[in-house]
Amino acid sequence: MTFAIRTQALSRSFGPVRAVDGLTMDVLAGTVFGFLGPNGSGKTTTIRLLLGLLDADGGRAEVLGFDTQSQADEVRLRCGALLEHNGLYERLTAEDNLVFYARVWRLPKNERDERVKSLLTDMGLWERRGEQVGKWSRGMKQKLAIARTLLHRPKLVFLDEPTAGLDPIAAAALHEDLINMAQREGVTIFLTTHNLAEAEKLCREVGVVRKGKLLAVGALDRLRAQAGGPRVEITGRGFTPELLDKVRSLPDVTEASSENGKLTIRLGQAIETGPIVNLLVTHGAEIEEVRKGKANLEETFLTLMNEETSEEAQA
Amino acid sequence: MIADIVTIVGKELKEILNARGNRRGGIVSILIFAGMFGIYLPLMTGPDWVQTPASLFYWIWLPFLMVSGVIADSIAGERERHTLETLLASRLSDTAILLGKVGAAIVYAWGLTIGIILISVVSVNLAFGLRDGTFYVYSPMAILATLVFSLLIALFSAGLGILVSLRAETVRQAQQVVSVGFMVIFIPVLLLAQFLPQETVAKLIVWAETANWTLVGIIAAVIFAALDAVLLSLSKARFQRSKLILD
Repeated sequence: MTFAIRTQALSRSFGPVRAVDGLTMDVLAGTVFGFLGPNGSGKTTTIRLLLGLLDADGGRAEVLGFDTQSQADEVRLRCGALLEHNGLYERLTAEDNLVFYARVWRLPKNERDERVKSLLTDMGLWERRGEQVGKWSRGMKQKLAIARTLLHRPKLVFLDEPTAGLDPIAAAALHEDLINMAQREGVTIFLTTHNLAEAEKLCREVGVVRKGKLLAVGALDRLRAQAGGPRVEITGRGFTPELLDKVRSLPDVTEASSENGKLTIRLGQAIETGPIVNLLVTHGAEIEEVRKGKANLEETFLTLMNEETSEEAQA
Repeated sequence: MIADIVTIVGKELKEILNARGNRRGGIVSILIFAGMFGIYLPLMTGPDWVQTPASLFYWIWLPFLMVSGVIADSIAGERERHTLETLLASRLSDTAILLGKVGAAIVYAWGLTIGIILISVVSVNLAFGLRDGTFYVYSPMAILATLVFSLLIALFSAGLGILVSLRAETVRQAQQVVSVGFMVIFIPVLLLAQFLPQETVAKLIVWAETANWTLVGIIAAVIFAALDAVLLSLSKARFQRSKLILD
């Protein structure tokens, strides 16, 4: 297994605020990794540390095998970054923006022209290459910024909230472009977002961060199991509090709650639903529908956040 | 490194030309400078424009003015328009970015100044040279002094301006500080010239008539070159990715 990113107790403070607090994680090469967390959780600072734009207070990080502090130039040489802002020169045309960065990355003249044309065409922007970027919509600018990020065929791309502020149609189109690009270019993508649906759609593995601390990291299925586990949703009537207590007493039931005629039961592991349904029917409940499922990423995320908040309150 | 500097210079020049929203605006402002200093003033002054050292003052002042007009935008503008962090996340070295920014201001101001000098020589000769059957041109020493001092003064202006731009949060703030700073430099000189006692002025005139101007020029050039080096070194020391990211 090759890792694109490895961090060990990586930390960075700004005054009394621990923006990144003992971050330890590995990101597999060639995957889309989602770095999830609410605003102000340290996602952008983590990217800045990984790109060697900021020095760490503690710990260390390796990106593509290079130390982010002592070999920051080597790291930046091999990475592309679409940061918090798109970083486009709005007074320049789309083509000028890409040609400038192609020169920055020292693409030879022939390859430069070819690459610029190919990326602009892939993004559907070739016909508008001569327009000043400042006059474009946000969605078009984001597409251009992604094209710029991929210009020099980086091995690792950092995307900081790439769909923030985009309408759903533009965001969906961008997701498709990202997936296509990742597959075609074979790059590792480190994606920060607080859009959980986006992460669920794009990422193979995610890390969840809050107040600079990594709460969980791993494959989506594993995180779901860790935070939520399988569940059963039962629609019907007669889910009395006494009946809920009986359900909670069943083995492997970790939680049971009822709201608006819908009973949600969380399970420690995947078990047969027959005994649960039998119990409910025996005690007078009327059942219309039984559905087995897994917690989605949003529930997993909220569970992790709630656990952290509870731990903080206890501390 | 040189290729990186040239890349930055090229991008900066495009941005300078498009600063007023489109290229036409940038070209119009250049034409205004060219019209004023390349055509109007030479035609008003006549052959003296290229025969007395008085016009050298313009050729030293012009790049100073032009650099101060664009340099404030160099770093503060990138910061304000949120393009700086992406640039810093690229493979470019700090030195290449800094020298590219300074170089663009110099190429723009010094290049235009030389262009305008050539236009002024053409204007004088079309208006007066053809009539008099004489080719009016600066003396070789005046040309050398103009080239050297306009470059050194442009560098001085760029060095001061980039230091301000590195620290300013917005372009407007940078422009205000640059304007006030240059007034602080120029106004005392002008006031001194106005209020010097007659006796001192007379002594200065006598000294000017007898001075070895080549030596004076060399000493002044060395002083300005040293000042330029100090300002660029200070800018280089201030130009640190980790600081610029957090500013």
